Amino acid sequence: MKRCLPWLAALFSLIGLAAYPQPGTQLRFCITSQPKTFDPLMVMDESSETVRYLTAGVLVRLNRKTQQLEPALASSWTVSPDGRTITFTLRNALRFSDGTPFSASDVDFTVRRMMDPAAHSPVGDAFRSSNAASQVITHILAPNRIAVTFPALIVGIDRLFDQVGILSATSAQKEMAVLGPYYVAESKPGSYLLLRRNPNYWRHDSAGRTLPYIESIRLDIHQNRDAEMLRLMRGEVHLINALDPDNFDRLRAQSPQFAIDAGVGLDSEQLWFNQVAAASIPAYKKAWFASMHFRNAISAAINRDDLARIVYRGHARPAFGFISPANTVWFNDRLPPHRFDPQATLALLRQDGFQLQGSTLRDRAGNAVEFSVITNAGNKNRERMAAMIQQDLARIGIRLNVVTLDFPSLIERITRSFNYEACLLGFVNDELEPNVQMNVWLSSANNHQWNPNQKTPATAWEAEIDRLMRAQAATLDFRKRKQALDRVQQIVREQEPFIYLVNKEALSAVDPVVHNASPVALRPQTFWNIDQMSLGAQVAGKR
Amino acid sequence: MLRIACLTFLLAVAIASALAGFVAPSGYAQQFRDVPGASCSRQHPLGTDDLGRDRLARVLYGTRVSLLLAPAAALLATVLAAVAGGIAGFYGGWLLSAAKALIDLVLSMPWLFLLITVRALLPLNASPLLSVCITFALLGCLGWAGAARIVCAGARDLRRSDIVLLARASGSGGLRLFVRHILPNLAPALRAQFWISVPVFILAEANLGVLGLGVSEPLPSWGSLLRELESYSALSSPLYWIPLALLVLTVSAFQLLLHREEVFA
Repeated sequence: MKRCLPWLAALFSLIGLAAYPQPGTQLRFCITSQPKTFDPLMVMDESSETVRYLTAGVLVRLNRKTQQLEPALASSWTVSPDGRTITFTLRNALRFSDGTPFSASDVDFTVRRMMDPAAHSPVGDAFRSSNAASQVITHILAPNRIAVTFPALIVGIDRLFDQVGILSATSAQKEMAVLGPYYVAESKPGSYLLLRRNPNYWRHDSAGRTLPYIESIRLDIHQNRDAEMLRLMRGEVHLINALDPDNFDRLRAQSPQFAIDAGVGLDSEQLWFNQVAAASIPAYKKAWFASMHFRNAISAAINRDDLARIVYRGHARPAFGFISPANTVWFNDRLPPHRFDPQATLALLRQDGFQLQGSTLRDRAGNAVEFSVITNAGNKNRERMAAMIQQDLARIGIRLNVVTLDFPSLIERITRSFNYEACLLGFVNDELEPNVQMNVWLSSANNHQWNPNQKTPATAWEAEIDRLMRAQAATLDFRKRKQALDRVQQIVREQEPFIYLVNKEALSAVDPVVHNASPVALRPQTFWNIDQMSLGAQVAGKR
Repeated sequence: MLRIACLTFLLAVAIASALAGFVAPSGYAQQFRDVPGASCSRQHPLGTDDLGRDRLARVLYGTRVSLLLAPAAALLATVLAAVAGGIAGFYGGWLLSAAKALIDLVLSMPWLFLLITVRALLPLNASPLLSVCITFALLGCLGWAGAARIVCAGARDLRRSDIVLLARASGSGGLRLFVRHILPNLAPALRAQFWISVPVFILAEANLGVLGLGVSEPLPSWGSLLRELESYSALSSPLYWIPLALLVLTVSAFQLLLHREEVFA
């Protein structure tokens, strides 16, 4: 019996090892849903984006910390003076995860597939221009050199390749053969994904060791953010990419070494009025919403400092405009901060004939100033902001009705029926390049939320924004672009079609056993340098 | 004894909420922004919520909303059940078949989604008070089917009873027979259904409130007050649990009273 005991112990140990991941070799974190695709060119959802970042190889990579481009599969690249052609020189002797060799023909295959209209690639949309009739031309100059020519100038063309995961033209594994640090080894839909280290990954550390250091990554599919937080506290996951302020403060109180505030991010929260001419709202309200003085007055009546301090517990900053101060290159730092000034508000309103009678503000025709703001139900922070704005506006005699709607109803109202008066929503922004916001700022764009799809600009200032946005998109001269975008920010600030409220800070959590993690404001906040991260004792260990 | 305790508790809650204007230290919407999430103090006996609003005021006004409107919705549902179930059960025939089909249809509907959909169609500029009244009216309009089935069965039994036979023999018939003889005999069942519905509607509103689709800001209700528990701050102070405790105690008191009513019925 005694002789059996060591065998039994060994057997139990083996069972234990099989059932639970070995600490130090597997990084674990949560994604919110099953990725909809493993094809890097078809990514639309956040979970697929996470898998793409961890698995797909790209020609150039944006360093999320320095905000500069760095060579990846391409050792160098050049952009032609007309901004239409980009020529890549590829690294030699690289292989996909399944051993298939990598060459310029794979880049050619990827670009053609991305730009194929029949493929409907969301990644390809960023490269498409109005000159859709013309085709993209790829020219393989050598096995390791390729030139790609687009029909029209694309501003920031090299940055856009940060999103283009290179596919193999010949591999039998198709999109599952990858050039990134990890490959998908196992997928249990609705439960988890297991990524294993790509043995053919191209990158090495300064000591010549193959990266990445971490053997595998387990992505558990968890919708519940609170459960994710509990799992972090129990040591079952190592990272949380984005924490809400409540959870962040709780974590900071309990385990300060886990909580990381990477500073102000790119995302913004804003309020806007419906200025669609055909909207089914009374004419006198349309006149209010079209008035710059009215919008400026509402903006000045909102106490943004209180919103940041109370709703976000100090983990947000009053917003300046559509470009966050986190975007150090394009932010117009000459914009003054918004002033909370109820008295100035009333002075502005008087210019448009509004009068405070008792505790009610009335317009020139005697209509009491009252409007509704819609926001999505279940978003606690937005509901709190709406309640605070309600009280701020009550101080100047405006009655605000807060209506929370389920998300599909809200989208229906702001994009199709236009049956709303004001909306409080946030924009998620992943991209530093302001050109990607063309679909918001052009008056003809469908995301020009306050008055979308205009045939001709409804106002002179919208016409000026159109002209400036087109001008900056037609040149590669940084100085001219910066000048144009500074002016757009200034116009937006004066006219306030969007009343920007706050920019949220990038809050994340990283278990101290994860080494070399350096969370930043840009996505993916915590694992942007995944190939250099390591776990626990392994950092000093041998490989 | 238990019944008296329940009645006393409900009465105390009702009186306190009715006198909210005198008892509460401030208005339910007033934000004291210097003290968000404050603990008990002389100025704020139950502390403040995350926006700095006095919790006692919000609990009292929220109780008023829930305790006034849930019985109103229950009354509406009971009246609808009495009319639909009573008439179908009494007259029988195609009316009974149609009522049964309708009841089955209503009961099989995912009422929460239906309620969310209907609520999304409401005018946006409805005041918070009107919006809460409409929400409870919707609850009443959607919550009659279960009670109607029971009332229908009761009316069918009564149709064959000696009382009705005697009334018919005395020349009574039609609407008069229904109003004078059927409805009074259905009263105990209707009363029981009313008492059952009250806590159900309180909880239904709380469910909507937790989803953020209940009463509009700044008006409080138990549903919206329960949303405070979503915050981890709730673990740090028992004050956050007061609305939940009140809800549980009130619903339990209703259920205990109901048990007595059922016995009497």
